[in-house]
Amino acid sequence: MQTEPKLIAGLIEVCRATIAANSDHLCALDRAIGDGDHGTNMRRGCEAVSAEEANLSSLPLPDAVEKIGLTLVMNIGGAAGPLYGTLLMEMGRELRTQEAGGAFPIILKRAIDAVARRGRATAGDKTLLDVLYPVQDALAHRSRLSDIASRAELSANDTAPMKAMRGRAAYLGDRSIGHVDPGASSCALLTVAICRYLEENRPE
Amino acid sequence: MTATTMNVGIVIVSHSPLVARGIADMVRQMVGDSVPLAWSGGNVHGELGTDAAGILRAIESAWSEAGVAVFVDLGGAETNSEMAIEMLGAPRSARVSICNAPLVEGAVMAAAEASGGASLSKVVATAEELSP
Repeated sequence: MQTEPKLIAGLIEVCRATIAANSDHLCALDRAIGDGDHGTNMRRGCEAVSAEEANLSSLPLPDAVEKIGLTLVMNIGGAAGPLYGTLLMEMGRELRTQEAGGAFPIILKRAIDAVARRGRATAGDKTLLDVLYPVQDALAHRSRLSDIASRAELSANDTAPMKAMRGRAAYLGDRSIGHVDPGASSCALLTVAICRYLEENRPE
Repeated sequence: MTATTMNVGIVIVSHSPLVARGIADMVRQMVGDSVPLAWSGGNVHGELGTDAAGILRAIESAWSEAGVAVFVDLGGAETNSEMAIEMLGAPRSARVSICNAPLVEGAVMAAAEASGGASLSKVVATAEELSP
């Protein structure tokens, strides 16, 4: 297994690269049903995390994850900041309180529930939760990494027929139907990138 | 303690620095310096957006022992204000309220109420009466 610093640095870089490569696409999705800045906001957040990479990868995993969350809150500058930030900050806190070998699906579930509380949203509201919950479910069922990645992509696409209940898109009402949610899309892109990285760097 | 710090503080949060500053100007014109007042508008780079750290600075700048009422425009302004209040930490975080009220009218009415020495709950209630 990789040492933690290498794992943290590797994940930070694949997430940054994925968002950078898809920034325009995320902005286009957001222009359709939001304020058009999700790609640039996410990129700003990921670049800020990337700039801190040397410091972050020297920390124990729970501290690194929590600090990444805080950096996202401070830099994304849109509603996605508190949402992704809460996800990672809660995950970091949960990791810290778990004994070694603690079940990651349970940690993730608690972190996702915190995101739901933060956004006062539930599954089916056309948000990133509609990717996070299916990914958590796949993880809890010990799906293969490639299956978790496909589940994330399919789940993001499944937000298209949903009517937005939260965020700027909710103001559009029925007109939000037919568009993939930008937050769900960035969440799927990041999940796919993380799964691929873990698959390519799995222990021998 | 000066008169200013005894009154509830007001914080304006908008995606637009121009909107936030403009409303703060209107509030100031209404109540002078009898109410602690601060605004945060735009993201870290001053573009349209919101900034949790900037909101936190605004709350600290408008801090009053009587509490602070925060006025927000759209989604991200509210969630980022909630983050900022959490970062402020206990016990002060319990004395900050985000008002469910129209930004301009809410802030001006709340400031007028605050300038008379009303409590945080009264200031918030006055602003929230404006919401349908």
